[in-house]
Amino acid sequence: MKPGTKLKSTVDDTEVMVIRGSDAVVECGGAPMAEEKPGQLGTLNPDFAGGTMMGKRYVDAAGTVELLCVKPGKGSLAINGTALQIKDAKPLPSSD
Amino acid sequence: MNISLFLQMAADADANRIGLVCDGRRWSYGTLLRAAQGAATLIRESGCTHVSLLDESSEAATIALFGAALAGIPYVPLNYRLADEDLAGLLHRIAPAFIVGDTGRVERLAREDGHTVHSRTDFVGKAERTAGLIEEGEEDVAVQLFTSGTTAAPKAAILRHSNLVSYIVGSVEFGSATEDEARLVSVPPYHIAGIASLLSTTYAMRKVVLLSAFDPDTWLAAVASEGVTSAFLVPTMLGRIIARLDAGANAELSSLRSIAYGGGPMPRELIDRALDLFPNVDFANSYGLTETSSTVAILGPEEHREAHRSSDPKVRARLASVGRPLPTVEIEIRDEEGRPLPAGERGEVYVRGDQVSGEYRERSALDAQGWFPTRDAGYMDEEGYLFLAGRADDVICRGGENMSPGEIEDVLLTHPAIADAAAVAVPSLEWGETVGVAIVVRAGQQPPSDEEVKKLIKDRLRSSRVPERVLVLDALPYNEMGKLLRREVRNLFKG
Repeated sequence: MKPGTKLKSTVDDTEVMVIRGSDAVVECGGAPMAEEKPGQLGTLNPDFAGGTMMGKRYVDAAGTVELLCVKPGKGSLAINGTALQIKDAKPLPSSD
Repeated sequence: MNISLFLQMAADADANRIGLVCDGRRWSYGTLLRAAQGAATLIRESGCTHVSLLDESSEAATIALFGAALAGIPYVPLNYRLADEDLAGLLHRIAPAFIVGDTGRVERLAREDGHTVHSRTDFVGKAERTAGLIEEGEEDVAVQLFTSGTTAAPKAAILRHSNLVSYIVGSVEFGSATEDEARLVSVPPYHIAGIASLLSTTYAMRKVVLLSAFDPDTWLAAVASEGVTSAFLVPTMLGRIIARLDAGANAELSSLRSIAYGGGPMPRELIDRALDLFPNVDFANSYGLTETSSTVAILGPEEHREAHRSSDPKVRARLASVGRPLPTVEIEIRDEEGRPLPAGERGEVYVRGDQVSGEYRERSALDAQGWFPTRDAGYMDEEGYLFLAGRADDVICRGGENMSPGEIEDVLLTHPAIADAAAVAVPSLEWGETVGVAIVVRAGQQPPSDEEVKKLIKDRLRSSRVPERVLVLDALPYNEMGKLLRREVRNLFKG
């Protein structure tokens, strides 16, 4: 996944943009995400239904993958079944 | 990556929320996005290679910036204050461009260049009536800004979409502003701070109140009428606002919660005065350059108050600092051979990070490890606070405008009685820095009067170049290599 690539969920409305990528396959709602939306959505896995939030950044534990949620949905993001976490950023004073 | 994403996300999150107030009209994110999409169609159909704005700030700046991004064409706002000859040169370099603003001037200066020109009203109206592009453009370069051209022709600094997206996503929380927030923007649209303001506010979903150009009374009136909560100012603007308050201007500023400033050195007296005058306002000093996608270091509100209150000279001194690097940015001080220097030692400021482009149309200034030499001189203290100490190449920065000593000296040397001349930065409460000139008179000639020297510069260059002080010397100080010792000249003005 190259930075800038947009990935779409195949089971809900979630869309993310890759900020920092690796070769890992990103899943949403328990199913692999794809660059093209499928004609018909698959079924959301209830184990991965925590939801995604607009504008939040999601990272893996190793910090190798960072995704920006540009459209929220009902599924949650994971790699190899391990949930991604919201990146915790200290707020900065607005500077311009 | 594409910066148009920011406007799309804001419109997706709340299309009806007001994002821009300009000249009495209120624009929602949805309306702005549709206008930017229409503009993208117009831009693409024109077949132009650049999109430019030659105008004061207005909604056209927002629409052209995001429209150009959607169309995949670099956005190149130009400084409308440039003299005809300089502007003609830049217009030629971006031809053929889709230009919004002063149509008459483009036709007069660049008739042969094949530009497509629209007045502001014409552009905004057409953009609103035109259907959006289906296919988003693919182009790496989002914004191109011409540097002030201190020693030679202006350089075309380029900022890629990836630089600006890294900067905004790394430093701003999406949708973090509440609906009652309003940010007053009065910096020119061709300045990096003007562009960064539009991007960061859109991403934070913070409403912008846009002034066409800065004027202290208009600024004060806008704070009161729009309930402005935050603003960005260059130090000169802050000085002018305070001067109006001191002169008894009627002002209702109770809504104001924060002021960010940057773009040039902040005089110590001025920031101390501002902190006293606005005890409940959060001040932030931001340091950045065009080539770094705006801010790379910030001195935050708490640090301002702590330094202002402190009796420890080391802590107090931090009011003169530009703060610490953003978490996403590295800063190093290096000597002339490029070796890193320890805390406290003065050298050149180097910056590295995803937001740092360090790139010009002609070449990249980044070293092999991705560091950008800023040409700013400075040092870092033990706590990691960055202090700036002028330009490495002695550029004079008056009210945020960089000027080269060379252009002033060249004009001085055309005077028949002047044998040698040096222009240097002199500290100024109003401008941060202003011009001081030292001249050496030819043997047997009478020294020209101060008025005569000032008039010579005024007639040949822009009024900002006119020296505030003129010294007549027997000789200028040079080192054994024949290099002018500018620091010694500057010291002569300190007395």
